[in-house]
Amino acid sequence: MNQNILIIGATSAIAEAVARRYAEQGACLFLVARNTDKLQVISSDLSARGAKEVRTFVLDANDSEFIPIMLKEAWQAFGSINVALIAHGTLPDQHRTELEIPYAINEFRTNGESAIMYLAALAQRFESQSSGVIAVIGSVAGDRGRSSNYLYAAAKSAIETYASGLRANLFKKGVHVLVIKPGFVATPMTADLNLPKKLTATPDSVAKDIHRAIIKRKDVLYTPWFWNWIMLIIRWLPSSIFNRMKL
Amino acid sequence: MSELLSWGRYPHRPQTPHLVNWPEDVSELLATSLDSNQDTTLAFGCGRSYGDSCLAESNHVLDMQSMDRILDVDWKKGVICAQAGLTFAELIRITLPQGWFLPVTPGTKFVTLGGAVANDVHGKNHHVMGTFGRHVRNLALYRSDEGLTECSPTIKPDLFAATIGGLGLTGVILAVEFQLRRVNSSEIEQRSIKFGGFDEFFELSQLHDSSHEYTVAWVDCLASGKQAGRGHYIAGNHLQEGNIELAPTGSLRMPIDPPFSLINSITLRAFNALYYNRQRKKEITNQVGYDPFFYPLDGLQQWNKIYGRSGFQQYQCVVPQQHGREVIRDIMRQISKSGTGSFLAVLKQCGELTSPGLLSFPLHGVSLALDFPQREQLNERLFKKLDALIYEAGGRLYPAKDAHMTAKHFQQAYSQWGKVEQLRDPKLLSAFWKRVTQ
Repeated sequence: MNQNILIIGATSAIAEAVARRYAEQGACLFLVARNTDKLQVISSDLSARGAKEVRTFVLDANDSEFIPIMLKEAWQAFGSINVALIAHGTLPDQHRTELEIPYAINEFRTNGESAIMYLAALAQRFESQSSGVIAVIGSVAGDRGRSSNYLYAAAKSAIETYASGLRANLFKKGVHVLVIKPGFVATPMTADLNLPKKLTATPDSVAKDIHRAIIKRKDVLYTPWFWNWIMLIIRWLPSSIFNRMKL
Repeated sequence: MSELLSWGRYPHRPQTPHLVNWPEDVSELLATSLDSNQDTTLAFGCGRSYGDSCLAESNHVLDMQSMDRILDVDWKKGVICAQAGLTFAELIRITLPQGWFLPVTPGTKFVTLGGAVANDVHGKNHHVMGTFGRHVRNLALYRSDEGLTECSPTIKPDLFAATIGGLGLTGVILAVEFQLRRVNSSEIEQRSIKFGGFDEFFELSQLHDSSHEYTVAWVDCLASGKQAGRGHYIAGNHLQEGNIELAPTGSLRMPIDPPFSLINSITLRAFNALYYNRQRKKEITNQVGYDPFFYPLDGLQQWNKIYGRSGFQQYQCVVPQQHGREVIRDIMRQISKSGTGSFLAVLKQCGELTSPGLLSFPLHGVSLALDFPQREQLNERLFKKLDALIYEAGGRLYPAKDAHMTAKHFQQAYSQWGKVEQLRDPKLLSAFWKRVTQ
């Protein structure tokens, strides 16, 4: 079956790994990202790996006025889109968000608001074609605001809450919405963090989970799977303990 | 972040990785000081070099494995250009379905392109295809003093010659363009012939090397007396016609990390005797997939852990043709006497094709490779004896495998090393290079 895939934030490590899985199956890919050079390199890589066709569109995730133009181009290119993945994001410096409120708001826009804008715009398109999967990358961080990264957590939980409602809304139209919640993943975004080795996944193993979750039309994916249990405990910790912990 | 070791896990010098995802990360990392004491680093791929040639003197390395994109490919001509972190395993997965294979491959597919160039790797087809460096058309390097630099046999040929087999010291290798080899099948027609001694091996080699692209031999290094030098000679060619099928990717992983070596003289003797007698007939011809033929050891991931926490050393030498027979016999006698040795002592007749690289290892002659569990004094004593035999015959050791070579021997065997030192990026320095040149 021919598949048409749209990826927003296509130069992120997880998105690139997902794109490779589709490329190897001969899919058509429409890649959106900010950096022209990187998009070009990823595009040649995916073609060599078997993608039937790769189109690119340069767009900063916060330039919302260009979203309709980009979507129009994507649908014109391939006629329909089977899967859209929203994968852009940054990892804000929590400490700085506490000191500089404009920085905090800007980071919230990039990680929360802009993903919601894409979800809303994609919903209209998918609704009219009455099929397909919209997948968005949230985070396990969104499960409970922790002192170490609550601005990021708030943005990711906004995405998840929005997606939950959108899923219910589009259910009857045959359109599915998936929220992907990665734990620690070894990517450039987390390169400066000192992540525990045993809990850190590779972008490729996360991409494998995402690919499967899209096929199975899962609502929410924790990847790797054990984060489901870790976050369950963190969510249920009584505040009296939680507030004293350095999480 | 997890720390990295070389494949032999000796010397035990954990390396702190610094992730490189795009070429611009290299320039950024080279511009900053990764270590407060030292200003140098080294690109690190799969860490399949056995000794200290892949370890940075500063113990801070650039982790290149995420730089694994294909930049350009011409499926008609079989020319591919890819970032240096792409592995041979991935390359096969991508190119074989299009009817192309690696021109030269070492005994593991878990090496990066950058590592293959830096060590100018060779394989079972050295006698017809030479080293990997012969098939490289173009290299993109990043140098701390010159920035992005391109070299090829015609553009900056000096830098190109210093980079092929240059142990990653002449600049961080960003991309490699090379020529693939056409194949019509993913299978190999294999002949396996048992031999009773070295003379027989050299006869077989003379008889069959010209008609087989791939040849190698396994020798029982513990057999002595009448059985000394017994082994299996394995020769193969790509099947002329057949199907192209990728090997399954799943494989076993070494389930434990034992504190001591599981390899000792008892297990070794038993294994080698079993292995020698696995085939009853003198000669067997069959068709095997490329994976078991080229990469039998890749079937058990992290097999290096079998040697325990102290690790092991591989001893790989090449002896010029005119002395090959006697010297290899003497070496094997010494090893057999020592009672230690490896599962697979690998013997290979190397051909006359020369490499463009200044520090390339193979010579026209015979190459022998064995693994030894790490035991400080025993290995030292044995290696000293073997080294003396090899250097007297004009042979040399393989830097990619080495953890013991002396500066004197290195500089004698690789007389062009000074040119590489001249072209070395001042920000790049390996533990090996420091050991053998400074």
